[in-house]
Amino acid sequence: MKDFFTKKKKYATVPSAKARQDVPEGIVRKCPKCKKIMYVKELKKNLFVCQSCGYHYPIGARDRAEMLFDQGSYVEFDKDMVSLNPLQFPNYMNKLESDRKKTNLNEAVWTGKGLIEGFDCAVAIMDKGFRMGSMGSVVGEKITRMIEYANKNGIPVLIFSASGGARMQEGVLSLMQMAKTSAALKEFSENGGLYISIMTHPTTGGVSASFASLGDYNFAEPGALIGFAGRRIIEQTIGEELPEDFQTAEFLLNHGQLDQVVSRSELRTVLGRVLSIHAEGGAAGWDQN
Amino acid sequence: MGPELDFEKPILELKGKISELKQFMDEKGIDLSDELNSLQERLAALEKETYGSMTPWERVRVARKLNRPTTLDYIPLLFTDFVECHGDRLYGDDPAIVGGIAKFHGHPVTVIGEQRGRDTKENIKRNFGSPHPEGYRKALRLMKQADKFHRPIITFIDTKGAFPGKAAEERGQSEAIARNLYEMSWLSVPVICVVIGEGASGGALAIGVGNQILMLENSWYSVISPEGAAALLWKDAGKAEEAAKTMKITGSDLKKLGIIDKLIPEVLGGAHHDPKKQADLIDHALIESLTELSQLSADQVREQRLAKYRAIGNYDTVQENLTNHSIFSYSSDRQ
Ligand SMILES: [Zn+2]
Repeated sequence: MKDFFTKKKKYATVPSAKARQDVPEGIVRKCPKCKKIMYVKELKKNLFVCQSCGYHYPIGARDRAEMLFDQGSYVEFDKDMVSLNPLQFPNYMNKLESDRKKTNLNEAVWTGKGLIEGFDCAVAIMDKGFRMGSMGSVVGEKITRMIEYANKNGIPVLIFSASGGARMQEGVLSLMQMAKTSAALKEFSENGGLYISIMTHPTTGGVSASFASLGDYNFAEPGALIGFAGRRIIEQTIGEELPEDFQTAEFLLNHGQLDQVVSRSELRTVLGRVLSIHAEGGAAGWDQN
Repeated sequence: MGPELDFEKPILELKGKISELKQFMDEKGIDLSDELNSLQERLAALEKETYGSMTPWERVRVARKLNRPTTLDYIPLLFTDFVECHGDRLYGDDPAIVGGIAKFHGHPVTVIGEQRGRDTKENIKRNFGSPHPEGYRKALRLMKQADKFHRPIITFIDTKGAFPGKAAEERGQSEAIARNLYEMSWLSVPVICVVIGEGASGGALAIGVGNQILMLENSWYSVISPEGAAALLWKDAGKAEEAAKTMKITGSDLKKLGIIDKLIPEVLGGAHHDPKKQADLIDHALIESLTELSQLSADQVREQRLAKYRAIGNYDTVQENLTNHSIFSYSSDRQ
């Protein structure tokens, strides 16, 4: 066993059945798609993408921020904003408290700004570990403030969606966050602002039907589930089985809903290109050539 | 769904007794008007008591009555010169959303509404009032046209939600809803939205970003249907009655939460008892709202709408010690 842990390998391979039993939780992960087992440390180095089949593991907002920005270039906004309980919904506050501990976030979205390939950007990153990334008042407010910051400072907006939709426990207030965030994006857009949407697994319901679908560029991670209505509800309604790839990023690409499906390893490169093209400011410069 | 609901049964029984008594008087030629009067007084009191203290769930059930007036019932009662406009110019025409131009007390307006069927056959044709992307895109086309010609927009919300189907997803249900929220927020003409029946989720909001939101007394508006909420939150769709209360979905709840601007009273027992009288009550509210909004310039109309949605939310700030340590503990739940 000692050997097993100290052995240096470029990528993890499958430990023996015996070793697997002995390995503590959190040190290795079994790929849900190809079943290959990898060290978490190695996975992290590979941006939490399975080395063998390319499966993109869902990741938390803080890990995403760490891999997205140029090293050490980012700051967080509105770190301390928390939800109240406007409907006095039973048990809601307890659930929020336990998700806070689980995710080390105060709510289902991280917002901030930083450099991406040298370009200043305002960014929101949703975290599906917190109430399934659902959008209530705080998520709506933090995203709106981030957009307003970008609007004021003339920098692009990026939003990484990962959400099951609107948060049930805040009822109609959650629903209205769809309008609030969309309106903020519209105002930003009217001022010429650039918004890049990156849909990650899962982007569904009220988040899919608001800011996630409104990018000047809509990208998605491979295999991400993206859609409005739930698969089971659709199957019940139409009484037929849906294709295996229904509501995947690839399915959406085929139906004209996305610009590109971009793997995690290529994302910074693609974003850098888009940001640099926009930094040139359209047709400006041609007249001087 | 029968016309009378269980909580209305005592009223129905008393009405039966009254007509029996009338028949008896006619047949026998006996004058029992004292008894008749007292029964009629009892009926009036019972109706007032029953309909005056309806629970949220009872209101939901009234909102769903098949004979409750729909968008197409109200249009001829409220407007003149209605010209229906079909199609999104991209894919097709969605019968679950109707729209067009008309005159309201002589002034041009654009009218858009979700449209369920008034019987089973029409319900099937209209997908039970659940729109596809082409419905939302038709609505947006008509709203942009209204913006161009500077006429106010009146929308009627009445849907169980956007249609959950394969074709709807393929054609971009999410994008169609999102686009409407985005574009409606920026319109420079007054937008008044009236929830006349059911208002479920993004499917309702997609024609609901207005300067003023009005609701009929027996309508409901929420992030999800009571059944959906019960199934999701308590894994028991049977708890819909409880969910209707907990989720705060009625007009008076939403007025208290500051989400809607006006609660439109209903005729006793619900709009279906007297659609014409109900239309008058809506008419009154619309005139009032349009008069208020006509005081604003085009820029102010947009600013008022933007400010209205910007202010919605309930949150606080705390000081907590969060670190930047890596969290990678989610179960991978698919693929
Ligand atoms: Zn794999």
